[in-house]
This record gives sequence, C-alpha cells and structure tokens, in this order.
Amino acid sequence: MGRTLAGLFHGRPRLQLGALLAGPVGWLVVGYLGSLAVLLVASFWSLGETTQAVQQTYSLDNFKELLDNDVYRTITLRTVGIAALVTVTDALLALPLAFFMAKVARGRTKGLLVVAVLMPLWSSYLVKVYAWRTILSEDGPLNWVLNPIGLSGPSGNAAVWLVMAYIWLPYMIIPIYAGLERIPDSLLSASEDLGAHPWTTVKRVIWPLVFPAIVAGSIFTFSLTLGDFIAVSLVSKNQFIGTVVYANFTTNPPFAAAFAVVPIVIMIIYLLIARRLGAFEHV
Amino acid sequence: MRLSRRADLMLRGLSGLTLLFIYIPLLIIFIYAFNTSRVLEWPPPGFTLQWFSDAITNDGARDAFLLSLKVGALATTLALVLGTLASMAVARYSFFGRETISFLVILPIALPGIVTGVALNATFTEFLDIGLSLFTVVVAHATFCIVVVYNNVVARFRRLSGNLEEASADLGATPWMTFRRVTLPNIRTALVAGGLLAFGLSFDEIIVTTFTAGTGEQTLPLWIFQNFSRPNQLPVVNVVAVLVILISIIPVYLAHRLTRDEGGAAPTGGREGVAAQAEGLTAP
Repeated sequence: MGRTLAGLFHGRPRLQLGALLAGPVGWLVVGYLGSLAVLLVASFWSLGETTQAVQQTYSLDNFKELLDNDVYRTITLRTVGIAALVTVTDALLALPLAFFMAKVARGRTKGLLVVAVLMPLWSSYLVKVYAWRTILSEDGPLNWVLNPIGLSGPSGNAAVWLVMAYIWLPYMIIPIYAGLERIPDSLLSASEDLGAHPWTTVKRVIWPLVFPAIVAGSIFTFSLTLGDFIAVSLVSKNQFIGTVVYANFTTNPPFAAAFAVVPIVIMIIYLLIARRLGAFEHV
Repeated sequence: MRLSRRADLMLRGLSGLTLLFIYIPLLIIFIYAFNTSRVLEWPPPGFTLQWFSDAITNDGARDAFLLSLKVGALATTLALVLGTLASMAVARYSFFGRETISFLVILPIALPGIVTGVALNATFTEFLDIGLSLFTVVVAHATFCIVVVYNNVVARFRRLSGNLEEASADLGATPWMTFRRVTLPNIRTALVAGGLLAFGLSFDEIIVTTFTAGTGEQTLPLWIFQNFSRPNQLPVVNVVAVLVILISIIPVYLAHRLTRDEGGAAPTGGREGVAAQAEGLTAP
C-alpha cells in the first residue's frame, strides 16, 4: 500500500504540492475566509419585528443605523482614536528600550536585559488586564500614591489608553528590536566615520531601516485595540466597538455582525496605507 | 553605537522607566496573591499562603485548568499538522499564490479577535447549525495557532537545503520514509518550539473562546474572567493569576531556548513573534 501510494506521487510534483496544500489552504480559505463571508452575509440580516428571531432577508438597515446614529459614529471614532493613540504611545515607549537592547547593551548585560524585558511580556493577557483593574481600583495602589497629592488615577478613555498601551507593548518592542538587530553595526560605524552626528545617523540610517518594523508592529497594536472588549469593559464604562458587538451578540446577532464588519473595513484600509508607507520608504 | 554622555544617560533613563512600567503591574499581582484581606485594599494588611492551598483545591479552577490543557493540546496537534504541511509546500515548491500563504496564515491573528470570534460563531451556529462544543473551540484555536507553527518551521526549512531530501529520494526512499528519516529529525526542534508557542497562545486566549466555546466548556481564562466579578472569589483569583503568569512563561521560554541558535532569529514570543515577521505584509 505504502509503495503504491508512493508510486502515485513519484515524479508528480503538482500532485505532491496539492496533497500538502489541500489541508491548510482548505482550512484557511474555506473555513476561515468562508466564516468571514458568512459574517458579511449575516450582517445584512435583521431581527423580526415581533418574533425577535433572526430573519434571513437582506437589507441595509444595520449599516444605515451604524452610519446615521450619532451614538455608533461616536463609538467608532472613539475606538479608532484610542487605537491610534495606543499605537503611537507604544512606538514611543518601544523605540528607546529596543534601541538600548539591540545597539547599546553588550555581552552578558544584553542577554540578561533581553530576558528581563521579554519574560513579563510573555505573560497572560487576562492577568495583565486583571493587574490593571486592581491598580486602578478605587482603593488600589495608584490612588494610594496619587490621592495624598490631590490627584486620582485615570478612568474612562484615559484608563483604556493606558491599559491597552501596556498590554500591546510587546507587539511593538519585539518587531523593532528584531528590526534593529538586523542593522549591521558596521553600517552605524561607517556613518560615524564619515562624520555624521549620532542624530544624523539615527535620522538617515536607522530610521529608514527600522520604519517597516514599526509599521509591522503597529498593525497589531492598532488591530488588537480596535477589537478589544474585555480589558476595555473592565477599566472603563465607555462603549467601544468591541463592547457593542459583545452586548448585541446575544440580543441582536445581525447588528453585532454588521458592527464587526467595521473593524474589518478599517483594518483593510490600514493595511493598504501601511503597504503604501512601506512602498514609499523602499523607493 | 557610540553615544554622547547625555544621550546615553537619557536612553538609559527612558529604558529604565519603560522596564519599571512593564514590571510594576505584575509585581502588584504577586503581592496581592499573599494578601490576608479578602477585599482589594492597598497596602495589604498582612501576608499569608492560605489562598494558594484554597486555589489548588478549588474544583472550578481545577476543571477549567484541565480543560484549557485539553483544548491547548488538541488545537496544537491540529496546528502542527496544518502548519507543517503549509510550510513544506511554501519552502519546497514554487507555485502561483505562494506569497499569499503567509498572508493567509497571519490573517486570523492580525484581525481583531472579536471579528474571528463572531465570524466563526455565525458559521457554526447559523450556517453549519452545529451547537458550540469542545470541537468548535478547538477548531477556532487551531485556526489562529497555525501561524506560529508555520513561521517556525518555514524559518527552519529556509536554513536547510533540499539536497538531503533529494539524495534520500535518489537512493530509493519513499516520500514517507524521507519525511520520517530525513526531514523530521531536521525540523524537530522547530516543531517543538512552534508547538509550545501554539499551546501558549491557546492557553491564554479568551476573546475568540468567548464566542466559540459551548456553555459547558469553561477554559481557565473564561473561569478567571467570570470570577473577576465575584467578591468572595477574589483571593483565589489573585493566586490563579500568579500561577497563570508562571505557566504561560514556561512554554515560551522553552521555545526561545530551542530556537535561539537559529541564525539571526529574534527571541520571539508567540503572537509578538508573528508581529516581528509581519513586515512581509507591508512590503511593496
């Protein structure tokens, strides 16, 4: 049996390739992309007036509601705004640390630093959310520090921004670190030998080379903030795309599906812009 | 790179602050796990080990932990098979749409979890009309775990030449024999690393899980989430959180050690590692 099967594949590379690809491509194209298509179809359905059951008839009502209703417009803008802010914050936090790890620290210090930075970053999403909920709670450590000087910890959008920036930071540090590691030290020495000020080296040599890494990291910080509903609901009472989808998911599934299409569209636009930025840098 | 004294100090200062920002929240969770008080108050009035024994004997937490192990193991197995097949195709053959494969495997993790969750839920419940169960949550987890296996194995294949496999075939070995005796030993550590990362990813996932797990299937993250809001469970949740930190670090640390000799490979964690390799997404 083994022999005959082997004989069938022998000298037939197309058949071998087909056998390798059938499983994974079937799974991802039929299964995953198919599910996204089902989501899209479901977003045009609606709830029956009296029955409250899902009616599989097509209308644009869900999308009209999303566009016309001020509430949902505000929620979308708020979510996108915070996602952008989180992305910028993470890039600003990650750049100095990743640069120090990749280009300044040496030998044992570097090894230890890499582990020290990465270990906590690997730990659980939910635990990080929980840690922040604890820190930001009314009788928590942050208010214990801030209250005596007449301040109080962040809440609402500020709390969401802080917690999201913390949780998605690894997605920025690691690509930037990897990007910087790929720049040979000799390139920096050459720039220095040719008389460039360190800032000039950063601006003219390092930045163009590390920029694609920042864009790669930003896809994740932006996308993950865009769809979060767990962290967001635990540290703030404000509504975001994720919380609305989650809340409507049991009561009005077609509307939840329609609102879930919004982050897909935003991410497609984001990827197109990212592609263009990358292309711009490579010219 | 040589920096001026001032730039060097500034860089050290900023890096130090970011490091503190990373560590302080985790430190606080560790402190709370030993807290004698049943409510969240700061500073803790005293310290105890009692909650650790409470957590270990907590049936709900233990069942959830065991279920997470089961889901993780099943999803990892599926991801290993699918990820290896895809990486072999991409590494050893050239075909139309080859570049699209990398994009395709990354998509389930690059799109917000809620999109994947709602889409799979609609497919399972509305389109296929099968109820949510252990099966559906395993399928969902496997979908976003493929990418970490794929990335690790594809990186290994790039370093290996195909000559060994050709030699094996020329000497009369069947494809299966070549795979088992030549390919597999060479990619074994990449498979183990990819598998560990996939397991870590599944063990920690909550958003997609919320939409795809049957009502009876409460994974550990779902258990923690549900018990967040139960005041009398607070001390046990603190302890479970600490244990989860320790458990989620171990597989990633092992995976890192297994692949650290890979030329130029960054010390990448699961999803973060994917981000590091996502530059291809933005290439012109």
